[in-house]
Amino acid sequence: MKSLPILVVGGGISGVTAAVEAAEVGAEVILIEKEPSLGGRVAQLRYYFPKLCPPTCGLEINYRRIKTNPRIKVYTMAEVTEISGEPGNYKVKINIKPRYVNDNCTACGECEKVCEGERVSEFDFGLRKTKAIYLPYPMAFPMKYVLDKEALAEGDLERIMSACKYNAIDPDMKEETLELEVGAIIWATGWKPYDATKLDNLGYGKYVNVITNMQMERLASPWGPTGGKILRPSDQTPPKKVAFVQCAGSRDENHLPYCSYICCLASLKHSWYLAEQDPETESYIFYIDLRTPGRYEKFYKRVEKEARIHLIKGKVAKIEEDSETKDLIVTAEDILSGKRVNERVNMVVLALGMQPSIAGMNISGLKVDENGFVISENGIIACGCAKMPLDVMSSNETATGAALKAIQIIKLFKS
Amino acid sequence: MEKIGVFICTSCDIGKRLDIAELENVAKEQGATSVYSREFLCSKEGRAFIEEKIKQDGLDAVSICACSQRVNYDVFDFENVAVDRASLREGVVWSRFPVGEEGNILEDTAEYVEGVSFKDELMALAKDYVRMSVAKLQSYKFPEPFKPEEEISKTILVIGGGVAGLTAAIESANAGFEVVLVEKEKELGGFVAKMKAHCEVKHPYKNLVPPIVNDLISQVENNEKIKVYKGATIANISGMPGLFNVKINVGGKEEEVKIGAIVLAAGFKPYDASKLTDLGYGNIKNVVTNVQFEEMAKNGKLVRPSDGAPIKSVLFIQCAGQRDENHLPYCSGYCCVASLKQAKYIREANPEAKVFIIYDHMRTMGIYENFYKTLQDDPGVFLTKGKVVEVSEGEDGKVKVIVEETLLGEKLEMNVDLVVLAIGMVPVTAEEPVLNLEYRQGPGLPPDELELFYGYADSNYVCFPYETRRTGIYAAGAIHQPMTIAQAIEDARGAALKAIQCLVAIEEGHAVHPRTWDYAYPEFDLKMCTQCKRCTEECPFGALNEDEKGNPLPNITRCRRCGTCFGACPQRIINFKDYSIDMVGNMIRATEMPEQGYGLYRLMAFVCENDALPALDMAAYQKKPIPVTFRIIPVRCLGAVNVSFVKDAMSKGYDGILLLGCKYGENYQCHFIKGSELANRRMENVAETLQQLALEQERVTLHTVAIDEIEEAVKKMNEFNEEIKGFDENPFKGW
Repeated sequence: MKSLPILVVGGGISGVTAAVEAAEVGAEVILIEKEPSLGGRVAQLRYYFPKLCPPTCGLEINYRRIKTNPRIKVYTMAEVTEISGEPGNYKVKINIKPRYVNDNCTACGECEKVCEGERVSEFDFGLRKTKAIYLPYPMAFPMKYVLDKEALAEGDLERIMSACKYNAIDPDMKEETLELEVGAIIWATGWKPYDATKLDNLGYGKYVNVITNMQMERLASPWGPTGGKILRPSDQTPPKKVAFVQCAGSRDENHLPYCSYICCLASLKHSWYLAEQDPETESYIFYIDLRTPGRYEKFYKRVEKEARIHLIKGKVAKIEEDSETKDLIVTAEDILSGKRVNERVNMVVLALGMQPSIAGMNISGLKVDENGFVISENGIIACGCAKMPLDVMSSNETATGAALKAIQIIKLFKS
Repeated sequence: MEKIGVFICTSCDIGKRLDIAELENVAKEQGATSVYSREFLCSKEGRAFIEEKIKQDGLDAVSICACSQRVNYDVFDFENVAVDRASLREGVVWSRFPVGEEGNILEDTAEYVEGVSFKDELMALAKDYVRMSVAKLQSYKFPEPFKPEEEISKTILVIGGGVAGLTAAIESANAGFEVVLVEKEKELGGFVAKMKAHCEVKHPYKNLVPPIVNDLISQVENNEKIKVYKGATIANISGMPGLFNVKINVGGKEEEVKIGAIVLAAGFKPYDASKLTDLGYGNIKNVVTNVQFEEMAKNGKLVRPSDGAPIKSVLFIQCAGQRDENHLPYCSGYCCVASLKQAKYIREANPEAKVFIIYDHMRTMGIYENFYKTLQDDPGVFLTKGKVVEVSEGEDGKVKVIVEETLLGEKLEMNVDLVVLAIGMVPVTAEEPVLNLEYRQGPGLPPDELELFYGYADSNYVCFPYETRRTGIYAAGAIHQPMTIAQAIEDARGAALKAIQCLVAIEEGHAVHPRTWDYAYPEFDLKMCTQCKRCTEECPFGALNEDEKGNPLPNITRCRRCGTCFGACPQRIINFKDYSIDMVGNMIRATEMPEQGYGLYRLMAFVCENDALPALDMAAYQKKPIPVTFRIIPVRCLGAVNVSFVKDAMSKGYDGILLLGCKYGENYQCHFIKGSELANRRMENVAETLQQLALEQERVTLHTVAIDEIEEAVKKMNEFNEEIKGFDENPFKGW
């Protein structure tokens, strides 16, 4: 009997890696992603660390591996609602949201030109708007538009439908449910930034110049809302002095009890972005422990050399805004000197922790821990940040390892 | 290919801006046997139309003159038919616009130079693309999978019997593969076997458990598929993936085994503590390393080494000989959790005992914060950031430790029964080649690869953690990166998967990462070889050995198909079935060159398809204009650009040539390690060629862009176009 396919849930770097690695040993793979494009969090980053290179470079190769491998089938806008069965033989219900754009789309962009309605871009964490019909990002996979019907302005539908020469817009598309039979499931749904508005004392949502670390990535991205210029939101000027609040939500019993692994490195990387833009920019990093494990120590040293960073061991107590200049005053205790620090800065970046994307959701048949991280069990294998907080490299190690467990479960090579 | 069909799509502005009938004629002139144009080629109907014509006309190759090779890959895929894609959409109508003086876009009919409209130039470009595509298919041969004559081995060799090696062996065997496990020590288990306990490797990640390797060892020893060599080392490895001959030295005797792929899990050595005399090691008996302390705990001997007195107080010095330019510059990643664990041993053995942990940064990464918390609540464990400035003999056999810059803001003097140095890991690859490869480029992993991360067998690709420069050899565990036990287990599974994947690729006859889809491979016509050794020296993956005369001896299953050898060869004797010197030469010669005095220049660009080409495609989606003068030939890597391309283009009359590749240097992005860097080095040879042709050196330039630098890619092309205007016409035009 032929092995059943492996289902990979989540099309970020872990899911894409698990899918291609499994397919390249010969397994049939179904890869599902809830967003309209693959790529996940890494597609939103400007650079990785410790090598300062754009994640889309690796995605391009991985997308090519998907395109050239007939064993991988991709569904976007798809989510798992229910799992039943046992290792080697699972039944999984998948809900597919309507894209309202069919496979005829050639990404010619004529629809976007005539569309007037706009929507807030989640990809850019609210830092800009897109048209109601939009391409998820310049290197989207699949390279197809998607329509947010709610955001259409009056008359938009007629306009975009007549602009499309390929009959690609289908406003009557319906939500679909698929039932898949799969042998093993790799769970790679990744993470989401912790809700910053829950951190009352840090002023997010209240003060316009308090942003999150992921918003910082979008500002630095050449495809981002500012074309890669890091500008503070209040007046669109480049900040000269920026404070980073580490462990914003992490290592805190009231929020996320664990360490989110990447935030120290991300803030160091952001300090480097600022120095690249203007070597005079000062970064103040408020931390508890600076966690740059293993070879990342080299990156820490590099940033120390190439950027003006000030490290202050201490937890930020509060952030206040100077209502006139929109500068921010960060108050913390410097634990080493025992002194209270009041630092006036132009912008604050919250090093928000990662929360499992599925935290708070209840997926029948999936075992999770108290924080929402997925616990591998039987034929369901968790990897990447759905499993625990990890960096990209270790995520991919777990994703490749998950592919191995999956081919064992589906008995791809019968001994 | 003989029966070539050309299919021209008229959608997405192609039909609007181009004269399709003219393009059809050009395709026929170039030798296409069938030529069709149709709207919306990528639709179901479009595809069915092509399929029907393939059958009807008996085509063996098709040129799809439509969108970029990067999109609709699956749509334009036909069984047993060669496919080439001429990018009329991204490459022509979406990227070439007449730009007015104020940057405004003009009508195509606008006069470009006297007597020539922009449309004329746009058509000249589109025609060249159609011609090049047909010429390419004319030179194209179907790749045939590489099948070695000998029978391939599908046995996996695992070097190292610690937690990573044991896991790799078990997981490979459980997937259905035979395994040979070689362990240097007399017993399996590595470092973990010497532990009393460790932090659990699964949820909730906060309890101590007995060493997991006990169970792994019994699984290995009871598994029929795993053959274990203990007290054994690798004497020599020759051959190539699928066909490795491995000589194993077992107690002075040599055994030879046939191996398919290798997992390198030889682990680490603890840092040499004798170099830490300033922390009292070697001089003070009651100063021990964390490795020694683990042994003491395992043997139940928590007493002072000096006099056997019970230990009532212990001080841990974190980062001992680590994160220090004089010792190990990196962090070993495991020692914070290890010291916390050892603190727990002491507290459990004697609830009255006091533990002090002096750290710089407490690094209990991610979920291991759970374990840290279990110790934070213990009043007998005192944790502080601080700097140890002095370790000396104290009274009554105690060790005196002076710590500064503590959280208490004062200098502390402590007298404890024992000091434990949290020393780091040194990967064994930092000191010995381990593999003992019989490769022309040396017995171990390439030194410049090892140097990237302090001797670790690590990858420089964040996305691709298993990419070493020796195909079929995948590192796992503490030889790969500094890591914890839980991570080593995950890592070993991943490495096992990669080893299995390599065997599957060899069996199917295609390449491994990154060109897994590629069935073609370099073929060497050695009759013309001058033994210059450029190919054997430059191959990033050590695929080529040499005979005694200096001829290359290819080992195809080591090859990643980057084409570096192809680019290096001055004799042009290395070719792929689907990518050859003749093919690119014919493509260049197929283009049309205006006569001298035409007034407009023609430029050629060889563009890396991994980074620069996607960047240009994205620029096209945003309708950012690049000069209409450029003819672009996508290449697999700039390393695969042979000087002959430059010669051919210059002889044809091209006024300038741009090589556009990925960034090299510290943050290099080349999927083949150093293709663009090599191409840059070869610019010397290019200069020589230009000199022979009596042409200015500046006519050939190399630029690098990252995939996300859309604007930059466009800017570089425009700048080069302007620069070339400063030179006279290439005098070879019209020859």
